[in-house]
Amino acid sequence: MADKKIAGVGGVMASLVDWVDARFPLTSNIKNHLTEYYAPKNFNFWYFFGSLALLVLVMQIVTGIFLTMHYKPDALQAFASVEYIMRDVFGGNIIRYMHSTGASMFFVVVYLHMFRGVIYGSYRNPRELIWLFGVGIFLVLMGEAFFGYLLPWGQMSYWGAQVIVNLFSTIPFIGPDLSEWLRGDYLISDATLNRFFAFHVIALPMVLLGLVAVHILALHEVGSNNPDGVEIKEKKDKKTGIPLDGIPFHPYYTVKDLVGVVVFLMVFAAIVFFAPEMGGYFLEANNFVPANPMVTPNHIAPVWYFTQYYSILRAVPPIGISQFPGVVAMGLSVVVFAFLPWLDRSPVKSIRYRGTLYKRWLAAFVVSFFVLGYLGTVPSNVWGTFSAETPLVGGMDYAKLVAQIFTVVYFLFFILMPWYTKKDKTKPVPERVTY
Amino acid sequence: MSDNKNDTSSGLSFQQPSAIDLEKRKFLITATAATGAVGAAAMAVPFVGSMLPSERAKAAGAPVEVDISKIEPGSMMTAEWRGQPVWIIHRTDEMIAKLDHHADQLSDPSMDVPQQPDYCKNKGRAINANYAVMLGVCTHLGCSPNPNFAITADWDGGFVCPCHGSKFDLSGRVFKGSPAPTNLVVPPHQYLTETTLLIGVDGKTEA
Repeated sequence: MADKKIAGVGGVMASLVDWVDARFPLTSNIKNHLTEYYAPKNFNFWYFFGSLALLVLVMQIVTGIFLTMHYKPDALQAFASVEYIMRDVFGGNIIRYMHSTGASMFFVVVYLHMFRGVIYGSYRNPRELIWLFGVGIFLVLMGEAFFGYLLPWGQMSYWGAQVIVNLFSTIPFIGPDLSEWLRGDYLISDATLNRFFAFHVIALPMVLLGLVAVHILALHEVGSNNPDGVEIKEKKDKKTGIPLDGIPFHPYYTVKDLVGVVVFLMVFAAIVFFAPEMGGYFLEANNFVPANPMVTPNHIAPVWYFTQYYSILRAVPPIGISQFPGVVAMGLSVVVFAFLPWLDRSPVKSIRYRGTLYKRWLAAFVVSFFVLGYLGTVPSNVWGTFSAETPLVGGMDYAKLVAQIFTVVYFLFFILMPWYTKKDKTKPVPERVTY
Repeated sequence: MSDNKNDTSSGLSFQQPSAIDLEKRKFLITATAATGAVGAAAMAVPFVGSMLPSERAKAAGAPVEVDISKIEPGSMMTAEWRGQPVWIIHRTDEMIAKLDHHADQLSDPSMDVPQQPDYCKNKGRAINANYAVMLGVCTHLGCSPNPNFAITADWDGGFVCPCHGSKFDLSGRVFKGSPAPTNLVVPPHQYLTETTLLIGVDGKTEA
């Protein structure tokens, strides 16, 4: 009796699926992207961060929708409406802290995801387009973070936006008009807040979703790379045509990724509940003071995920009276990632088979990324200043010189890459994946 | 039902062109695309233009009147003009004397970059040397510098920008080595009476 009932329900389901399949490619898409998408079986820890980035994206969209139900994009009401969410809306503080923590964790996850791509050569032929779409996602994400940071209309929101929009005014000839057009006023004002809200909640999220879709479509077209950097499609089962080192994404990697999700959510929840401001790194103290166009806070710095580039901006000296070189250097320090597929000339993809020369350069890059990141969070006179009599560097802050040195290292990692990846002594790459 | 592979006439009486005129087709495609592009560009005008400062924002730049009689010598006040801070600094005679003291350390001591109206292109960058009037907006990236009037052996009093450390003297002239490229802006202004200042218009230049 019971068996018959289940069979009946199953039968209805099967015919429903048939009905849909005749009108929409449901089963074939599930096969192509999940149950018959064959991923290399040697994925390790680093391969959690792609799916985690997707998870954070969904969390940001959902928490964002609920925040817009109470937030007011108006210079007179914005700050108060955020405080209203924090104090009077049921669950509002959790939703808002999830959104602000999500912003920082998005960058944590994306930076780790990008680093994975770098160490295993995932940007190399035939995956250049996946990488380029990824760089696009990174740029849009930076825009999202920047526009979103103005919305609470605190002091840091205001002056951060003031500085960043003024970066555009350093562009020769069109700069001042361009930054006026971006602001919609002669200074950061209600008009600016209103349009940043539009960019943050609708324009950029749509672009972001589109880029994520093409990023994944391109990935599923060429197949995933792996920690050995060997192409699993080159060794296929003769009968089935399935890569010998491939396993179906579902259920194997969906289950594995779930473990990553659980661990990630433990960390995430701990931050949301116990340290949502993260000692001023996730939410800056000055942003709990309403925006005041008359007074700049004593120390302004961007949120941690922008401080590397901000350090580079500060480190590059002006040419004549033009700040433009620093702005160009800052822009390049982000965009330069897009050129990696063509800068890397190594015969191997994965760091496992590279020589010490490459590893040293990578280590130097990682160190400069962190040092610049730290220096961007502190005032440039944090370590003191050279006395005025010192030759060459008289009057310069110690930290500025350090930032200049590491800015050079940062760029040399990219500029010299064609040379040192070619010269590097590589190890033989195995035929099949190892684990 | 009908497989059109061999069915060239399809039973209808349209005349088949003897040959496809590729030149004509190319012209028509180009002309269509060009017309479409012009239309799209025209359509972009209101959207791009809508992001410019609105008429209301443009109208908000009215001049402001400031009473300066209450500023103690050696201190300053901040007025608001066009949403930006305008400093009025009541300089003491000692402060004015110190302005000559560091001319060699300034980027633009002779004020060649027109950051002030012509009537303020003088040593004190002011109409009345005792009162300096300037926009409290750093010429680097628009932060508002902080006053530091305590005179020491190597500091003659002035302003330090909290954002990137630019230094200015009490006339708003920038020190060498600062990221700020130019001196602070002196807005157009005029004295209505001895102690009333009108910021924004001077009857001479258009603000």
